[in-house]
Amino acid sequence: MSIITVENLTKKFGPIAAVDGISFGVEKGSIFGFLGPNGAGKTTTINILCTLLSLTSGKALIDGHDCMKESSEVRKKIGIVFQDNTLDKELTAYENLLFHSYLYNVPKNDRKPRIEDALNFVGLYERSNEPVKRFSGGMKRRLEVARSIVHQPKVLFLDEPTLGLDPQSRTSLWEFISKLPEKHGVTIFMTTHYMEEAEICNKIAIIDKGKIIAQGSPEDLKKMVGGDVIYLKTKDNRKAIKDIKEALNLDAEEQDGEIYLSAARGDACIPTLIQTLADMVISVRLQRPTLNDVFLKLTGKAIRPEAVSGGNEIKEAIRSYRRKFDK
Amino acid sequence: MIRSDFNAIYVIVARELIKFVREKGRLISTLARPLVWLFLVGGGMSKMVSPDMGVPYIQFIFPGIIGMTILFSSIFSSISIIWDKEFGFMKEMLAAPVSRFSIVVGKALSGTAVSTIQALVILLLFPVIGLKLGIIQILFILCISIILSFCLSALGILIATFYENFESFSVIMNFIVMPMFFLSGAMYPVRLLPPVLGIFTRINPLTYGIDALKYMVLPEKKLLTQDFPLGLDISVIAVTSVIFVVIAANVFERRK
Ligand SMILES: Nc1ncnc2c1ncn2[C@@H]1O[C@H](COP(=O)(O)OP(=O)(O)OP(=O)(O)O)[C@@H](O)[C@H]1O
Ligand SMILES: [Mg+2]
Repeated sequence: MSIITVENLTKKFGPIAAVDGISFGVEKGSIFGFLGPNGAGKTTTINILCTLLSLTSGKALIDGHDCMKESSEVRKKIGIVFQDNTLDKELTAYENLLFHSYLYNVPKNDRKPRIEDALNFVGLYERSNEPVKRFSGGMKRRLEVARSIVHQPKVLFLDEPTLGLDPQSRTSLWEFISKLPEKHGVTIFMTTHYMEEAEICNKIAIIDKGKIIAQGSPEDLKKMVGGDVIYLKTKDNRKAIKDIKEALNLDAEEQDGEIYLSAARGDACIPTLIQTLADMVISVRLQRPTLNDVFLKLTGKAIRPEAVSGGNEIKEAIRSYRRKFDK
Repeated sequence: MIRSDFNAIYVIVARELIKFVREKGRLISTLARPLVWLFLVGGGMSKMVSPDMGVPYIQFIFPGIIGMTILFSSIFSSISIIWDKEFGFMKEMLAAPVSRFSIVVGKALSGTAVSTIQALVILLLFPVIGLKLGIIQILFILCISIILSFCLSALGILIATFYENFESFSVIMNFIVMPMFFLSGAMYPVRLLPPVLGIFTRINPLTYGIDALKYMVLPEKKLLTQDFPLGLDISVIAVTSVIFVVIAANVFERRK
């Protein structure tokens, strides 16, 4: 059963369509990843689903309630971590969550235990009574995640929840987030720029320039970019390439002293390769497509040859963008 | 009113008061302006203004200075909405399942609480300038301060809904707040103004607040101080308050 249903959703800012006729459904209790480059329309979509923006045309439903017409019903059911920080930095961590629990009408006797639970969950219980302005960026982010679950929402929107976090905090935050669906039956709608983080999603939609260009499970998407890539180091690369062509009818190429070739099932292909080349082989490694490769291919930012790109360039680009962005 | 709206109003006011108490500098800096006006301007002008007014000038402007305190602290308090927008906290409120009306009322009551406290501090200086006020008078002045604070806080919210950031802050100060103060009868009786300016005075809710305060502070000097009947003063303040709140709530309701 879909808990989020979006049909032909379009949002125009003046003449420009930030979101251009997208449709998707999110299953109850699943994790849905919304991926796309900067300016693709991710935050705009979230803002419409959260009833903060109006839609130009199309339909958006959460748990059967129309995001335009039944905004207060929708608001009761959702929790949000916005892309940019929305804490009151003058208040303490506890006070921020207490404010939230009043706004969401959490029953009086549940307020304290739920807030303490949430703070514990993200490891901030000891700092409950410290003003948020003394928190680091990562701690603020964790606090926002804690706040978003205090009222036990059915659907949780996470707009780049790990923005500005170090690798350890990112890992622990995802560990915690990925537990939410089984534990509380929460459905998660998330965006991220870190492709490896999207691996935990049950379903992913890739959006570019306001349009969804692919959707499916991470496995499905990886199949779209073709097979695995095998890298070989041999004693005589030129001869090896010729042998592979003759014996296996596969096209191999050489780059930086290494041979590489694509194959649908790389792991099954390796034994035959080694037999063919016999004692010429020095080393072998196998690279499976990552979501990064999918992203690169679909958003057209790949660097040829496609299979070799490995996503390092875009990773670097995102990283340097983030560095700029975080300041 | 539903429970969730009540909770929202309560917690919005509580947040403002917590912040008010924590920022000790804020109380001092907002009280500094009326004190300077009262003693430097009021005290200084006393020597120039002819004594046949019937009351010392410093006493004449005392209600105006209370009005000034309320004006500045109400508007400043409401303008904090622009901070909330700029720093994102507004989204936390707007995404919550509470009516826009309760957010506006909560914010207006926050301003009311903060500026009534400050008005009271100024009011309690009355013996220093030689005024004699009874307890009933003080209570009435307090009541008028409360409704006037609410009205001006609601106006502040209305102004704030049209601004996304602080770049226009000086515009608000120079073209709204200062003119409101000077065209309110705080410093001189309204009927001394030329007719063109008189129109602005008459559409300024602060005029009616200060008029009511004058009536309470100097009841026996009616002819000198009062421009409108007390009933009219209070009705104007009440009606404009409602108008400001309703418009502000509607503007908040609109989504882009
Ligand atoms: N309030 C607005 N007015 C006008 N244009 C807007 C507004 N908000 C967003 N846009 C435009 O809509 C497009 C999509 O923006 P959006 O914030 O949804 O992107 P995003 O996918 O979240 O990007 P990022 O990864 O950088 O967060 C952008 O071109 C942006 O300039
Ligand atoms: Mg975004």
